[in-house]
Order: sequence, then structure tokens, then C-alpha cells
Amino acid sequence: MANRIIEIQNVTFSYQEEEGQKSPRVLDSVSLDIEEGSFVAVLGHNGSGKSTLAKHMNAVLLPAGGTVYVDGIDTADDDRWLDVRRTVGMVFQNPDNQIVANVVEEDVAFAPENLGVPSAEIQQRVDEALSIVGMSKYAQHAPHLLSGGQKQRVAIAGVIAMQPRCIVLDEPTAMLDPIGRQEVMETILRLNRERGTTVVLITHHMDEAAQAQRLVVMDHGKIVADGPPKTVFQDVEGIRRLGLTVPDTVGLLYELKQRGMDVPLDALSEDECADAIVAALRQGKDE
Amino acid sequence: MEPVIETRQLCCTYSVGTPFEHKALIDVDFRAYPGEYMGIIGHTGSGKSTLIQHLNGLLKPTSGQVLVDGEDIWETKERTHAARFKVGLVFQYPEYQLFENTVYEDIAFGPKNMKLPEDEIDRRVHEAAYFVGLRDDLLQKSPFELSGGQKRRVAIAGVIAMEPKALILDEPTAGLDPAGRDGVLKNIRHYHDAKNATVIIVSHSMEDVARMVDRVVVVNDGRLPLDGTPREVFSHGDELRAMGLNTPQLTRLFQKLKARGLPVEDNIYTMEEAVAALTALHSGQRC
Repeated sequence: MANRIIEIQNVTFSYQEEEGQKSPRVLDSVSLDIEEGSFVAVLGHNGSGKSTLAKHMNAVLLPAGGTVYVDGIDTADDDRWLDVRRTVGMVFQNPDNQIVANVVEEDVAFAPENLGVPSAEIQQRVDEALSIVGMSKYAQHAPHLLSGGQKQRVAIAGVIAMQPRCIVLDEPTAMLDPIGRQEVMETILRLNRERGTTVVLITHHMDEAAQAQRLVVMDHGKIVADGPPKTVFQDVEGIRRLGLTVPDTVGLLYELKQRGMDVPLDALSEDECADAIVAALRQGKDE
Repeated sequence: MEPVIETRQLCCTYSVGTPFEHKALIDVDFRAYPGEYMGIIGHTGSGKSTLIQHLNGLLKPTSGQVLVDGEDIWETKERTHAARFKVGLVFQYPEYQLFENTVYEDIAFGPKNMKLPEDEIDRRVHEAAYFVGLRDDLLQKSPFELSGGQKRRVAIAGVIAMEPKALILDEPTAGLDPAGRDGVLKNIRHYHDAKNATVIIVSHSMEDVARMVDRVVVVNDGRLPLDGTPREVFSHGDELRAMGLNTPQLTRLFQKLKARGLPVEDNIYTMEEAVAALTALHSGQRC
């Protein structure tokens, strides 16, 4: 079994509220292990606790109850926060809030500089990070003149330059147009497949979640489904009850099945779905 | 029918006379008619935000005209002022602009600026809250106590309370979960139906556009290359992809079905059409 890079054990968390008001539990005894090298998507409606869970993965938040281990280190151990954050990097929703410098390559160099990486190595890391996200030719550009997708890729490069073993992305495509979203998703997939970086993707987009190896669904601070996207999305009614939707491919197969067609519900990609529909219609013909 | 909003040869050039000079809009002739439900799509930087900011006089044309109700909005100061009330603009992430102590005050801000009598303001606040599905007991709360989806509704209600003849919304569902998305889109539809207002929605979601609007306008490189019903516009898949956009997933699926030899149309874009087309094929075989 692969190494568990993140282990979340019975974690409970509430945000503090003023004047002794009762605050609801945002995380309610959540346990989740993330295997090194895997690509895990976390889905849930607004307020389900998924962003709060993400922030526990690199000690931005500490559990009120339970324990989080990152590469075996307890995140509550404040002497080890630097190690935790070197291991797990975070990318947030709005790229404009994450860019600090006036030149792309300086922005990417910011984090490794803070980690005290020698300057010769910094340049090498920056070049490599920009190449991974496909932004090498923009190294000397001003970040504020880039498109949303390009800015978000620069933000991802800034995290890659720290050489974390795991990257947690909290709705990184929410503010991007379709091509920007695609650019960021391709970058994430490449990072996971070619470099073996563990990826945890928090998202609202079913089509993005469908691309992960494993899909975790949250509701009211609890994990309510966990498995390969194909399996999780098959429970069309269950997913809809949670205020979520399934990809249109599965939604269509579900409607066809309701109307008596013999189609599977796990044909997630457009090609698989097209094949399944063609097969069902052919089968009908032969009978 | 007279258009409610019209642009004639509208040009907008940013940073004139500097090395960054950029033509954001080039000879744009745009028309929106009373009661229309329109979607505007275009990649980041295509000029769509620049276009909508011209429609209520937030930006002044470099050349060309903007007409509201047939009158050039830049002819007199009074007309410019009136255009801002006739054409309501809801920005991206409008909840960041909430600032009053109570939800009521926030929604009342626009009508107050219109110098309406107190009882008319009160009527409009309650009606706008009703349109966006905010319960009366929320009106005395601080907007900052509300959830993200509720804040978004307060911000939209603040514009609706001005009773604009045309309501323009820039990415009204960005960052919301599927239930929140559906809720906000229903609210907007509700306002449209009740007031026969013109609604213009800027969206990055081809699926949302396909489901909602009667007419789609595509902005690319400062021009409007495509304009028509969703069926007409989404039949230009390759052109849309070249512009950094896409067709809805169901349209792509039907193109794949057609390529696999099924006798289906490839301009299907809603779930209802897709289900009807395939069940017809299926039952046709059984007869």
C-alpha cells in the first residue's frame, strides 16, 4: 500500500463566533487518508466543509478535535509547520490574491526565497516550475497583464517551486473561462501523472471531479461518499439530494435508463457515454 | 420593435497613445430588445466586460454611440444619469460590494439615490427581496451574517430594486454550488417574467447559457462574430473552440453519436432534447 501523505483522523472543527453564540460544527469527526501520488477531488455544496477540510491539510487551520498528520508530522506541532507547508502547498480560488511580484519569475521565486533555497537553485526551480505550467515564455511578463488562466498557472508555479509532494487546490478554476479552466486542469493532471505529485482538488465542477482517481463528497461537515468518480456518480439521486449534480453524460444515461433503455450509469467520459448509447441501441435492434 | 439598448459603431481603445494601446471594442453594433433573455459569451479579455460597462454609461465610448430607449446616453448629463437607473448592472462577485448595516439598507441604497419617496423605497425593497427569495426576517440582519449564496441575492436585489428596464449580470453564478446556481438563475428568470425586463447574462458556462437564454451573442477580439439562438450559435463548434469557448457537453456528445453512425442531429443542446431524440430511436426499434 502506498504511503499516506495526509492522514486526517476524527477531525472536528468550528469557527469561533462572537459573544458565546453556538457555532455549528463545520467538520464533524472527519477521517480521510490521502495516498501519495493519488489525485483526489473533493466535492460538496457551499458550506459543506470542504474548504475548511482543505485548510487543515497544511496547518492553515488546526483541528479542534482529532489529529492531522502530514507525512507523519502532527500539524498541531508548531515547531514543524515549515516542514508541513513544504510538503503540502496550497493554491486558492482567486489568482489576483496570490500574486505578489511585478514580474512573473520573481513571483514564482518568492516562496523558495522564503524557504532559504540558495539563489542558483532558485533560478533552476523557477525555470522548471514555469515550464511545467507552460508559462516559460511569460517569465519576464507583468502578472497583472495575463489572463485569469495564465495568472492561476503562475500561482501554481509558485507552489511547484517549493517542490511540495502534495498540492491542495481550493476551487482554482472558479473564476476562469472555459479555456482557462482547461489550461489549469491540464496542468494539474500533468503534475500528477508525470511528476507523481499528490493532488487534492476542491471543486464545484462535476466535470473536473470526474477526472480524478478518487472522489470524496462532503455534506454538513461529514464525508458522505468516497470512491472512484464512476462509482460515486452512479448514485444520481443521492448526489442530487445533496444539492449537487452529476455530469450531463451520466444525467443523460440516467434519464434513458428510467425510460427503459439498457445503459450503464458509469460511462463518464463523452466517448464512453457515446459508446454505451450506441451499444444499447444496437442490442435493442438484435432482439 | 425599438431596441431598449443599442450601440452604433461603438469603439473603445484603452491607453491611447501609449505602447499598451489596446482596442477593446471595434465598431460594435449591438442591440437588445424589450423582454429579451440574452447570454453574452466570450473568453477572458474578449471585450465582453468592456461592452457591458458601456451599456449603462460606466465607460464612455472612444467613438460611436450608446443609445438607451433610442436616446444617446452621452448627449446630456441627465441622460447619462438616467441610463444608470434604466440599465442595472450586477458585477462579478457583487457580494463584495455590500456595505450597509442591514440587508434592508443595502437593498434600499439604489432607490434612495433615485430620490424616491420613503414608502416607494419600502415597497421596492420588499418586492426585490421577494424576487430573489430572501425572507422578510433576513432584512434586518447584517449582510455579513448571511451565507455566500444569500449575500449574492442581496446584491442582486439591490439592483432589481431600482427596477431597471434592462438587467445585466456579469457571471451571476460564479463560485456558487449547483443548488445556489439554480436558485439565482430562477430568481433572475422570475424578475424577467414578472416585469418583462430585458435580461443580459454574461456567462462562462455554456451549459447555463444553453438552458436559459433565447439569444446568444459571442464577443471575440472586440467584435461580435456570432449572434443567434443557442442552436444557431452552438452549431459553430469549431469556431467557438478557436475563440476559447466551447459547446455544451451534450452537443459534443451528440456529435460523437453522429460520428458513430447514429441517425441523430448534432445541434442538440438541452437534456430534454437529448432524451427525446434517443428514446425516439429506441422505441422506433421496438416497433
